[in-house]
Amino acid sequence: MDMFIKFLVAAVLAGTPLLFGTVGEILSEKVGHLNLGVEGMMSIGACSGFMAGYFSDSFAFALIAAALGGALGALIYAFLTVTLMANQNVTGLTLTIFGIGLSNFIGVYALGFSETGTLKLPDGITAHMRNIHIPGLSDLPVVGELLFSYNPFVYLGILIAIIMGLYLGRTQTGLNVQSIGENPAAADAAGIRVIFWKYFNILLGGAICGIGGAYCSMIINRGVWISNNVGGLGWIAVALVIFAGWKPVNAIGGSFVFGALRVLKYYMPKSVIDLPVAFYDMLPFLITALVLVISSMRKSRGIGLPAALGLNYYREER
Amino acid sequence: MSQTPANPACAIECRQITKTFGSVVANDKIDLDVRYGEILALLGENGSGKTTLMNMLSGIYHPDSGSISIAGQPVSINSPVDAMHLGIGMIHQHFKLVDAFTAMDNIVLGTHGKRLAPKVLKERILEICHSVGLEIDPEKRVYEMSVSEKQTVEILKVLYRDAKILILDEPTAVLTPQETGKLFAILRRMREQGRAIIIITHKLQEVLEISDRVTILWKGKSIDTVNTAETNARQLTELMVGRPVSLSIQRPQPQDPQPVMDVQGLTVKKPDGAIALDGISFDIRSGEILGIAGVAGSGQKELCETIAGLTKSEKGHITFKGEEILGKTPAEIISLGIHMGFVPEDRLGMGLVASMGMVDNMLLKSYRSHKGMFIDRKPARALAEELIRRLEIVTPGEDTPVRLLSGGNVQKVLIGREIESGPSVLITAYPVRGLDINSSYTVYDLLNEQKQKGVAVVFVGEDLDVLLELCDRILVLCHGRITGLVDASSVTKEQIGLMMTGSHSGEVQQ
Repeated sequence: MDMFIKFLVAAVLAGTPLLFGTVGEILSEKVGHLNLGVEGMMSIGACSGFMAGYFSDSFAFALIAAALGGALGALIYAFLTVTLMANQNVTGLTLTIFGIGLSNFIGVYALGFSETGTLKLPDGITAHMRNIHIPGLSDLPVVGELLFSYNPFVYLGILIAIIMGLYLGRTQTGLNVQSIGENPAAADAAGIRVIFWKYFNILLGGAICGIGGAYCSMIINRGVWISNNVGGLGWIAVALVIFAGWKPVNAIGGSFVFGALRVLKYYMPKSVIDLPVAFYDMLPFLITALVLVISSMRKSRGIGLPAALGLNYYREER
Repeated sequence: MSQTPANPACAIECRQITKTFGSVVANDKIDLDVRYGEILALLGENGSGKTTLMNMLSGIYHPDSGSISIAGQPVSINSPVDAMHLGIGMIHQHFKLVDAFTAMDNIVLGTHGKRLAPKVLKERILEICHSVGLEIDPEKRVYEMSVSEKQTVEILKVLYRDAKILILDEPTAVLTPQETGKLFAILRRMREQGRAIIIITHKLQEVLEISDRVTILWKGKSIDTVNTAETNARQLTELMVGRPVSLSIQRPQPQDPQPVMDVQGLTVKKPDGAIALDGISFDIRSGEILGIAGVAGSGQKELCETIAGLTKSEKGHITFKGEEILGKTPAEIISLGIHMGFVPEDRLGMGLVASMGMVDNMLLKSYRSHKGMFIDRKPARALAEELIRRLEIVTPGEDTPVRLLSGGNVQKVLIGREIESGPSVLITAYPVRGLDINSSYTVYDLLNEQKQKGVAVVFVGEDLDVLLELCDRILVLCHGRITGLVDASSVTKEQIGLMMTGSHSGEVQQ
């Protein structure tokens, strides 16, 4: 039982960076832009967040820098695909390669200034990243551990997912924004500022991805800089968008399920099933493939996959 | 700027509107008046500047010079949002709706502020519906809707914003006669409410039926405005074309029609598994034109594609002079002399390669007959030149990519190529879609010429008036079934309209 609770907690922690990436990508896809650069935007956010924290000693500044870093990556993507109408897939892939490279480059460069040969966040920041403790609530048996004792990123991620869910699903602005991903010409004719909202959503999505990147560089490795710290999570996030049915709130559950798959290998007792570790490493990708197959077999149409996803919009096209 | 004092009873007053694109003058000092409580028809051939003018009223373009007054106030319309605020609502020919959304969500799309509770919104929409006699299920999603339902949503979109001025661009092009009748009743109700309505249409009968006044544009100029009660179809055509034209379509008697193609029990499914054609049987005869009528999406496309060998059938037979053609490849079918001039909704989708010039498009059909390793462009170039001359195709040159040609010219290229190959069956789908009167008559003449040569012509059409005048027999499709196969000379438009909706079955000849 104790082991099971620990497993659930680990699943939530492993799922949190996925949650940021997924919610960020949903925002972008809802305006019709398939951004395969999630990994890249997370990497830039990981780097800018970590470095800002390292040099400024301020947690708030680190968060802002991570968001700005991700948004900067998204800005490159948005400029190329929205304004210059470049191919979305190629641009996204390039952004991934660029983001990882830039992040590692700055990391290695900064390491050169370090006397110890490592980069470790100052204590002033790591203090903010410890698990919260709410007197009373966090001390409850089981519930306290399961719900009220994570680091602030976890709650921030859930909060962002819920706010974005309300934004897209419940507000008139959200409805207007969704119509851009469905039929940009219709949105344009209805007086919606297509270009503005495309930039807005892509950049906002990038910022959220950037915060997810900061989680990778600041929490997962306990405040020590390593290269390639996002490590493929951005790719899983792209697939998770489909798993979540393009709904930010569903992304919460989806990320934690995939988080669970990622940590399963550490918690599955050998006495129950003895499988090679490689099998567990493969699981998230196997499930991703299954999700893709099942979702493509479903016939029902509704608000989900944006109809104009991947298509650039040019008003005067004939 | 205003030479004359603005009249507040006037919904729109356009004075001396000029708009040029590069060296092309699209609108040349156009004057237009629309009053509240009237329906104005805007008539003109393609390229006469109707759309340009309407785009300026709906904020997509900005005039180079001239003035626009709305309700007596001089205004500047810089965006669709400005137009909306001024109470101008445009109902586009190609619906601008989000398929995945419900009718309700589409209607409020683009509005700002708080999202209304569905219940409140529904009531408000039904109230608007009630006031003009529209019917809609607000929670139905657009992809489940018929064409006329979609149009209802478009109309509700502008009424919801309380537009006092409505512009409808070819609203009847996709409707059955019954649906058109309903739409006109609604337009009249809106006129009684004091709204100003501009309707753009090619169909003269409809102009005469619905409008109070008609403004005719010709080559970017406003030629004349006449009271509908004091004019007739002949006068309107003359004004529109700039010279007298005969309006009747010839229908020579078929010479010795013999069945050349026989379709028996043909069943075809769409890619998603739905039935597109449900066990239909009919024959196609030499020396006659068989018209195919039906609401868009009733199986016309699948029928053409099956005959051409592009789509597989589930059941049934198609025999050409006794030879089964189902299961043959498109190339084998073409070599039998069955030719297809299919003009799809996007015009260039099938048939022509948009980025190639006329010469290369000619080659697409003829390269097989040529021997040797390299292609020889000379015969194709000669053919292209011949077509340009004979069909009066307007193009900078035979190597100009066909996507740069206007719609009418693209259609001429397509049909011309198919005719030149000497077919024994010629299938044309929507060959006059979007063409002006002159070009349409050129196409009718071409088809009649083929008919008299003994070719079996199939004409899939939209405009029932044309089908009735041009065709010898008309086959009516409804949801993939044949609901009528009738002699065109002894049937009325209304009867065909009823068959198109499946509510009335026409006498099926033998």
